[in-house]
Amino acid sequence: MAASADTLPSLADRARIVTEAEGPIVGVHFFRQVPVFVLGEEALLFAPAEKRTRVAIHAGGILASAGDGQRIVTGGDDGKLVATDRDGGHEVIATDDKKRWIDQLALGPDGAVAWSAGKLAHVRTGKGELREYEAPSTVAGLAFFPKGFRVAIAHYNGATLWFPNAAGAKPETLEWKGSHLGVTVSPDGKFLVTTMQEQTLHGWRIADAKHMRMSGYSARVRSLSWTHDGSALATSGSEQLILWPFDGKDGPMGRQPSLLAQSPARCSVVACHPKQPVAAAGFSDGSVLLVRLDDGALILAREADGEPVSALGWDASGQVLAMGTEEGSAAVLTL
Amino acid sequence: MTNANSDTKSMTAPVSGKIPVTVLTGYLGAGKTTLLNRILSEPHGQKYAVIVNEFGEIGIDNELVVNADEEVFEMNNGCICCTVRGDLVRIIDGLMRRKGKFDAIIVETTGLADPAPVAQTFFMDENVGAKTKLDAVVTVADAKWLKDRLKDAPEAKNQIAFADVILINKTDLVTPGELAEVEARIRAINPYAKLHRTERSKIDVAEVLGRNAFDLDRILDIEPEFLTADAHDHDHHHDHGHDHGHDHHHHHDHGGLKHYHDEDMQSISLNTEKPLDPDKFFPWVQDLVATEGKDILRSKGILSFKNDDERFVFQGVHMILDGDHQRKWKDGEKRVSRIVFIGRHLPEDKIRKGFESCIA
Repeated sequence: MAASADTLPSLADRARIVTEAEGPIVGVHFFRQVPVFVLGEEALLFAPAEKRTRVAIHAGGILASAGDGQRIVTGGDDGKLVATDRDGGHEVIATDDKKRWIDQLALGPDGAVAWSAGKLAHVRTGKGELREYEAPSTVAGLAFFPKGFRVAIAHYNGATLWFPNAAGAKPETLEWKGSHLGVTVSPDGKFLVTTMQEQTLHGWRIADAKHMRMSGYSARVRSLSWTHDGSALATSGSEQLILWPFDGKDGPMGRQPSLLAQSPARCSVVACHPKQPVAAAGFSDGSVLLVRLDDGALILAREADGEPVSALGWDASGQVLAMGTEEGSAAVLTL
Repeated sequence: MTNANSDTKSMTAPVSGKIPVTVLTGYLGAGKTTLLNRILSEPHGQKYAVIVNEFGEIGIDNELVVNADEEVFEMNNGCICCTVRGDLVRIIDGLMRRKGKFDAIIVETTGLADPAPVAQTFFMDENVGAKTKLDAVVTVADAKWLKDRLKDAPEAKNQIAFADVILINKTDLVTPGELAEVEARIRAINPYAKLHRTERSKIDVAEVLGRNAFDLDRILDIEPEFLTADAHDHDHHHDHGHDHGHDHHHHHDHGGLKHYHDEDMQSISLNTEKPLDPDKFFPWVQDLVATEGKDILRSKGILSFKNDDERFVFQGVHMILDGDHQRKWKDGEKRVSRIVFIGRHLPEDKIRKGFESCIA
């Protein structure tokens, strides 16, 4: 928790406790202002005010999740890809024939979904058409481009840019030696950033494949979030919130990141506010800080209690922040 | 001791709650899967998550079985032998969603796998090291065929050299003479592993699981061979005026015990009763593993430094070293520094001289 925590303005006591005992929280998404926590095993936990509903959707661990306001899609170690709607209705939209883990997924435009099991990446378009691409090694991250129905696939030694609808076209590959474990594309579509096994990010300017090394972390970076206007990328992995500038044509090349929310604990999750230059940063000691990105001003949203923060999410209006921990605490703060 | 050490220190701390991981290796057909199924079917009340390779043919009867693809890659840290199993990083991440549903993890490798990347994953990935701890490398060896595999399959030799526990399996298919021979061959490569003779991989589960072989605090407890290693190995050769370097195929027989030298895989054991200078020792050992780490599979040591009342213990896998002060030397305990390397074509003279130069 931040060194000056005693003197920080705090909203922590206004948070509504949803649960403390359902097992690890691995994600959180929203249907309007209703937060839905993704549990490590089996179920989603719908948490509208005053009540909570557990909806079992997988026969085992839940490895990946994404939400777009219309549905929450989850991949499980039961080899199933499941879509759940706001009423808790759910359907299996894909099953791996060998019951391999579906551990990466991303939601795209017009209801498209991408997922992977092992080396095989799949896309189902909004119309229900299926596409498949075999990556050179296990798929470790998936992200849709903001435009042009294109998918970025992270794997060993780089990332592949795949047009699922361009049958026969050889996908472009951005190369960088090492294991890339996650991927994101900037909201303007100009930059691609991967998280690596090492304590670093790697980036490319897509137009010319120029490299960007974003290093200096104290741990593997596991959480990335673009600011509301896409001008910066907030990241976990250090004892601060690290914010890389992406507002110029060169992105962060030759520039220093902003280091905000200095903390004795390591930042484990970040989630940028959807409307304002504000980010929520969760730390491994359980604290959650709201960080004003312009001047670094802080508000405490969750007190340190030793439970590493594992999930953070905002509703689309930016009025509700949902927070979950590895130990299973889930809370909702309405601003 | 190295950069990796500071990141992985917590790995060896006696922190409760870390899930122990046993690595099961052995050449094709040696009996790994039989051992695995035996472990799983024993009435021990323990629940295991099992990570098997994708191409395993024999069914595994267990609730939590994960297929791995054994993807090995190099870390971008300038160390070519720092290879890790990328699939394990992901799988352990995923398994932790279900913590509480299993007590331990068993990783079965393919017959051709090198155990080093598996072991190194536990040192190199912070998340894996924080949630789990490497318990031991258990190697199943075929009593009848190991001898041949040691000649033609470098993987088989790696698996023996790397092991903390070795099952010499299918002993019912060999004569006592053949068995003595294969044991001697194994000892020539790895005198420190715990050896068991088995038929159809039948063994008490406690002999293969919960070994704490990578726990710094247990380096001595679990290896009675360690203290007496010199008597078996180098002192023995010195006593007989026997020189290491030149006669690789030579073997001799003492009281029914055969002694072999393996052509390319050896262990080197060094000791001294004189205290070491830490300012000389650490630079030396770091340089040694930096230059020879590719060929050093495992290393272990217990050290007595000058003006230091505590024992320092370390262990290593290739270039990765992990060490810490362990405890105070006991009253009357002989302050001897011992260090052991198992590896390929190790430059013994260079290592011996280097070690001696660390004496304070």
